Amino acid sequence: MPSITREEVAHLARLARIELSDDELDHLAPQLDQIITLVGQVSQVAADDIPPTSHALPLTNVMRPDENVPCLTPEQALSGAPAAEEQRFRVPRILEED
Amino acid sequence: MTADVLEINDALTQYDPVLGLEVHVELNTKSKMFCGCPTEFGAPPNTQTCPVCLGLPGALPVVNAKAVESAIKIGLALNCEIAEWCRFARKNYFYPDMPKNFQTSQYDEPIAFNGWTEVVVDGETYRIEIERAHMEEDTGKSTHVGGATGRIHGASHSLVDYNRAGIPLIEIVTKTIEVPPAKAAAVARAYVSMLRDLLFALGVSDVRMDQGSLRCDANVSLKPHGSTVLGTRTETKNVNSFRSVERAVTYEITRQAAVLSSGGKVLQETRHWHEDTGITTSGREKSDADDYRYFPEPDLVPVAPSREWVEELRATLPEAPSLRRVRLQEDWGFTDLEMRDVINGNALEPIVATIELGVTPAAAKKWWLGELARSANESGQDLDALGVGPAEVAEVQKLVDDGTLNDKLARQVFEGLLAGEGTPAEIIEKRGLALVSDDSALLEAIDRAIAANPDVVEKVNSGKPAAAGALIGAVMKDMRGQADAAKVRQLLNEKLGI
Amino acid sequence: MSDLTRKTAAELAELMTSGQASSVEITQAHLDRIAAVDGAVHAFLHVDTEGALAQAKAVDDKRTAAKKSGEQLSPLAGVPLALKDVLTQEGVPTTAGSKILEGWKPPYDSTVVKRLKAAGIVILGKTNMDEFAMGSSTENSAYGTTHNPWDLARIPGGSGGGSSAAISAYEAPLAIGTDTGGSIRQPGAFTGTVGVKPTYGGTSRYGLIALASSLDTPGPCARTTLDAALLHEAIAGYDPMDSTSINQPVPAVVEAARNGDVAGLRIGVVKELGGEGYQSGVEARFHEAVELLTKLGAEVVEVSCPHFEYALPAYYLILPSEASSNLAKFDAMRYGLRVGDDGTNSAETVTSLTREAGFGAEVKRRIILGTHALSSGYYDAYYGQAQKVRTLIARDFAKAYEQVDVLVSPATPTTAFAIGDRIDDPIAMYKNDLCTIPSNLAGNAAASFPCGLADEDGLPVGFHVMAPVMRDDLLYKVGAALESALAEQWGGVLMTKAPELEVTR
Repeated sequence: MPSITREEVAHLARLARIELSDDELDHLAPQLDQIITLVGQVSQVAADDIPPTSHALPLTNVMRPDENVPCLTPEQALSGAPAAEEQRFRVPRILEED
Repeated sequence: MTADVLEINDALTQYDPVLGLEVHVELNTKSKMFCGCPTEFGAPPNTQTCPVCLGLPGALPVVNAKAVESAIKIGLALNCEIAEWCRFARKNYFYPDMPKNFQTSQYDEPIAFNGWTEVVVDGETYRIEIERAHMEEDTGKSTHVGGATGRIHGASHSLVDYNRAGIPLIEIVTKTIEVPPAKAAAVARAYVSMLRDLLFALGVSDVRMDQGSLRCDANVSLKPHGSTVLGTRTETKNVNSFRSVERAVTYEITRQAAVLSSGGKVLQETRHWHEDTGITTSGREKSDADDYRYFPEPDLVPVAPSREWVEELRATLPEAPSLRRVRLQEDWGFTDLEMRDVINGNALEPIVATIELGVTPAAAKKWWLGELARSANESGQDLDALGVGPAEVAEVQKLVDDGTLNDKLARQVFEGLLAGEGTPAEIIEKRGLALVSDDSALLEAIDRAIAANPDVVEKVNSGKPAAAGALIGAVMKDMRGQADAAKVRQLLNEKLGI
Repeated sequence: MSDLTRKTAAELAELMTSGQASSVEITQAHLDRIAAVDGAVHAFLHVDTEGALAQAKAVDDKRTAAKKSGEQLSPLAGVPLALKDVLTQEGVPTTAGSKILEGWKPPYDSTVVKRLKAAGIVILGKTNMDEFAMGSSTENSAYGTTHNPWDLARIPGGSGGGSSAAISAYEAPLAIGTDTGGSIRQPGAFTGTVGVKPTYGGTSRYGLIALASSLDTPGPCARTTLDAALLHEAIAGYDPMDSTSINQPVPAVVEAARNGDVAGLRIGVVKELGGEGYQSGVEARFHEAVELLTKLGAEVVEVSCPHFEYALPAYYLILPSEASSNLAKFDAMRYGLRVGDDGTNSAETVTSLTREAGFGAEVKRRIILGTHALSSGYYDAYYGQAQKVRTLIARDFAKAYEQVDVLVSPATPTTAFAIGDRIDDPIAMYKNDLCTIPSNLAGNAAASFPCGLADEDGLPVGFHVMAPVMRDDLLYKVGAALESALAEQWGGVLMTKAPELEVTR
């Protein structure tokens, strides 16, 4: 029983918005299975009472004052845009409502 | 064929509505949540962006201290506990108006939680439990091109403006609202209206529903009378006026009741409210694509507000709305009934503001309830969307006080204001509404009245001065209302020697 | 004058101070060297000839003016540098080694670049790397593999193989790398150069295209310890644009590099980082170096860090999780590649097609792995548990630092391997970073210094030093001591043993 199935990989690819070909899925699924077996070793560590670490250093309360700083110009903001129109980013039609 | 909706009374005889409200408030900070870009409403597209709020590769967020302060104030005003330590989290999903394709938000560690507040409906006070208030960022704005009337369906493409992306938002989430079924929709409306007043008093937001700085999502489900099993809920998005909150909740109750009573199933989905047609339509069904994969935001460090800071902020809070209402009623000398009309008419804040401009409480109430609230009600708008504010009301009242207008003419000025005919002065000019203050014109009219009503003059002369009222009426009629009645009385009395 | 490209950064700075060479001459010499050897090495993705010469000229002009005014220039003013293509530089193509960013010119400078410019350091161009820094060989670059100057058939290490190869091939005396699990230190070890991962938060991440935000750390690459320290000092320090930046003075790294005295220093050899799976030549050089340090007066003990064996699995959960989220922004909407926008396809489809076409195999593997590790039902077992392991590893370090000042190990289990050897065996590739990963998880400082050549293949071996948070100075102390002791044996730094590259022009 693999730790991850081809169907699960296909589902994850959809969640991650990556179109995968059948060939890629065939190749990727067994590799991920191996990797997941490797990383699954973390479960061997008894750590129930251990607090998780999300940040390398214990800093807190890093904030900036509520002040304005210069923005990019609209030309700079749009400089990398694949398409632009009316000073806005032009994107293909959106299927789902937010 | 079953009906799309049941009558609300029929729905409520079979089912109890279960409500929850999520309100998003845009804070009025100078800069965005995580960068120094300005937050002006209505700026030209993409003029208020930087690498951070555009989500450019390499850019990093830094928390706006003022936004945290506002979040704590809101939490305190809603009687919440303030977290001693909390983190931001990433909510991962793709959407073109969200620059990073994750929203920096808070997940299981909100800055404020476990609060409560109260609303008044028809004189009854209802307690609403607050689940949480958390900090997050707004998205950009898409304009859909090529479809019908800017709607997303049928559009050929969309244009995105990221000025709004990264503006600080506080999301306030209620626990399940438990009120008598028949009151549910009204309580929902009253809650949002109360929040607006509260947030305005705190000074943390512009709270303009018409500009989207206060937005409401309503979660509605039904359970059969007596059942403890919760029904499937829908989330109706972006209900953007107080009146719509009530209408949308009512609509969802009647729609779900129709589905259930015909043996159907309510789908767990988001729904969209349509102001024009007064219905909700199906949005997106909940699916496994809604796996947001929350995890602690590694680019931001935890927020741990000191208790000293929290207490400092608590000391700056304005008085609680319920206490304030009692105090105001006393100050103004209103009866319970009058005060209830003010609250129900959503006119408390405008009246306060109008009184602050020097108008008497009675006059402020007269205009706000008599003219403006009535007009708002007739046109199905919120009071603050009418375009007539405390400043205009005070200006009109000032004209009444100095004798330029009487009440009747003042009403016509309000009519003009509501129709967008300009300033009070312009309306008076255009409509020719000013009172005739020229004594000779009045005296001529008085002479005409005396001449035309010898019987009345006779009565007055025979010791019945009260009869002079009929003469005043005749003069006012002659002047087509554009005379100051007090002035007419004075001149008439002089003429008749009483 | 002798070949300017063979000089260290410190020597070049001295030549400019004394007026024997100008920055334009030095910059041109390195541009010429790049033109001559980069066809074979392929360390650079973009050479900014005009920009570099303009910057060099500006420094020379400033120096002339400063002579009159008595103003002091920064210690490295006028010295050229190679910049890893993962840091933004305004107006200069920045790809992070990925097709998805081909042609993107950032509208802003990263903090590291701002500081380099402020110090008058001349940026020659952008160096090759594994796509989004995911890899240990540069074979995952979308723009071809960089070759190891010691043996062109071998990889230079990764992800920062381009930066280390550039200094190893004398194309630049200095380079900037970024280290998420060893991407500065492992290529340093494989190319016989110095690579330093500063304390997490000691150098700013602003403008570093994120791989794993809680691990990424920019740092210096150089051929000598002193050069690395000078560069470290130029780029390090508090940055209000990075919330995870440490608001403390930069450790005295230059002073430590100038004074490599290890007498009395307590050094712990990590028991778990050696033995099975480690190449014999690597172990031999490592142990000789430890002996050498003992002779120089260091107190050496063996130390156990029992949870280090779980560092690799924890790392390959934390990194992909953060990366899957960090790389979501590459959606074809605002910048970079857009595929399939035919007027019919939806935004959703265009995003999927673009990410399919624009990301390489390793990036897809890790995004999908990270998506899995964060998804509901798996979070606690994977991401949550990995974070607990992270705590245990930090505790191992804390406990060890109660006994010793620094920890040491080989930098890598093996020397540089042949191009193509491990490309389709992700796990073998991941094991390259066994020794370097723990320091990233704990956020402390670490570095690799050259300690000789393995007998079996004649390739460089790296000596790995790990120091507590904000004790980066200790790394340089050990590195400098080792460097001068070994130079006495070899008659120069290890790099002098590197084979001459064929000059193609």
